[in-house]
Amino acid sequence: MAGLHFELVSPARLLFSGSVASVTLPGTEGEMGIYPGHSPILTTLRPGVVTVTRDGGAAERIFVKGGMAEVNPQGLTLLAEVAIPVAEVTADVMAHQIASAEEDLAAAKPGEAQRKAMEVLNQLKALQPAL
Amino acid sequence: MASLKDLRNRIASVKATRKITKAMQMVAAAKLRRAQEAAVAARPYSERMQAVIGNLASAMSGKAGAPTLLAGTGFDQTHLLIVATAERGLCGGFNSSIAKLAREHADRLIAQGKTVKIFTVGKKGNDALKRVYGKYIVEHVDFRSVKQMSFAEAQAVAHKVLGMFHNGGFDVATLFFSEFKSVISQKPTAQRLIPADVSGAKPADLGGAVYEAEPEEGEILADLLPRNIAVQIFRGLLENAASEQGARMSAMDNATRNAGDMINKLSIKYNRQRQAQITKELIEIISGAEAL
Repeated sequence: MAGLHFELVSPARLLFSGSVASVTLPGTEGEMGIYPGHSPILTTLRPGVVTVTRDGGAAERIFVKGGMAEVNPQGLTLLAEVAIPVAEVTADVMAHQIASAEEDLAAAKPGEAQRKAMEVLNQLKALQPAL
Repeated sequence: MASLKDLRNRIASVKATRKITKAMQMVAAAKLRRAQEAAVAARPYSERMQAVIGNLASAMSGKAGAPTLLAGTGFDQTHLLIVATAERGLCGGFNSSIAKLAREHADRLIAQGKTVKIFTVGKKGNDALKRVYGKYIVEHVDFRSVKQMSFAEAQAVAHKVLGMFHNGGFDVATLFFSEFKSVISQKPTAQRLIPADVSGAKPADLGGAVYEAEPEEGEILADLLPRNIAVQIFRGLLENAASEQGARMSAMDNATRNAGDMINKLSIKYNRQRQAQITKELIEIISGAEAL
C-alpha cells in the first residue's frame, strides 16, 4: 500500500517532507491517527506530541505547540509554529514555553481569548512531566 | 586650479571610499544569501496557510457569521497602511520606493475622503513618511537590535495590528513591502491583510469529497486567521530583508564602479598636471641657460 505523504511545516522552514506509514496527532478534540487514504479533514491542534511512524516501523515523536493539520488526497500537511523533536525537548525548553504561555495569558483580554490562553497553559503544564 | 597635493589627497580619499563600498558590497552579498534562503524556506508555510484558508473560505462563503478578519467589518472607511522598510540606508532606492508606493496609496485614499492610519515597521520608512504624513502615523516598531528576523518579531507586529483591529481602529489593513524578484530587481508590493485576500488561493482537488472539520469551520478559521496575519507579515519581513540586501549589493557595486572611474579620471588629471609642471620647469632652465 502506498505510504502517506506527510509534510511538517514551520513558519521558518519545511521541517519534514516524505512518505510515512502513519501519523498520530493531538487534535483539539482528541488524538487521531492518520493512515494513508484518510478522508479529507481539517483540524486544529493542541499542544502535544505528534508521533510519526516511518515506513519501516520506526517511530519519531515531535513536540508541537498548537497548530493545524489538513488531510487531503495528496497527503497530510501539518502547520505548526513550534515543532521540536521530543529528544531535544529539555526542561529548559518546556519552562520557556510555559513562561511564554503565561505571558500570553497575562496579555489576553478577559473572555474567550483568556479562556483559550488558559487552556494552552494547562495543556502545556500537563505535558511537562510526560516529556 | 587644484594643486598637485590637492589632487593627491583627493585620489587617496576616493580610494578609501572605494574600499568601504567594496567591503559593504561583499557583506551585503554574504547576507543576501542567508536572507534569500530564509525567504525561500518560509514560503511553504505561508502558501499552505493560504491554501487552507482558501479552502475554508470557499466552504464558508455564502454562510452568515464568517469572521470579520475574512469578511471585513462591512465598512471601508478607515485604512491602516503597514509600511515595512529597512533599518539602514545606503541601499539604493529600496526604502524610498516602498515609501513612495505607500504615499501614493495614502494620497489616493485621502482624496477619496477615507481616514488613513500608518503603522511603520523599520526606521527608514518612518523617517521618510514622518515629515508629510507624521500626523497619520499611529504606531512604529523597529528591529534595530534584531539580527535575524524570527517569527517572534512578526508575531509582535501582528499582535499590535490585531489589537487595533479588535478595538475598532481600522477596517482595512494593507501591508507594504518589497518583493524579492532577483538580486537586481525588487518590486514594491501592497498586500491586503484584513480582510484576508483569498483570491489567489486555489482550493485543493478533493475528488468530490468534502472536508470534515474538527472543530467546526468557523472555529478553525477564527483560530487560523489571526495566525495568518502573523505569517503574512513574517513573509513580508523576510522578503524585505532579502530585497534590502539585494538592493544594497547592487547600489554598492555601482558606487564601487563609480569610484573606480573617478580615480581613473583624477589620476589622468594628476599625471597631466605633473607633466605640465615638469615641462614648465625644463623650459625655465633651458631659457635661463640660453640667456647666458
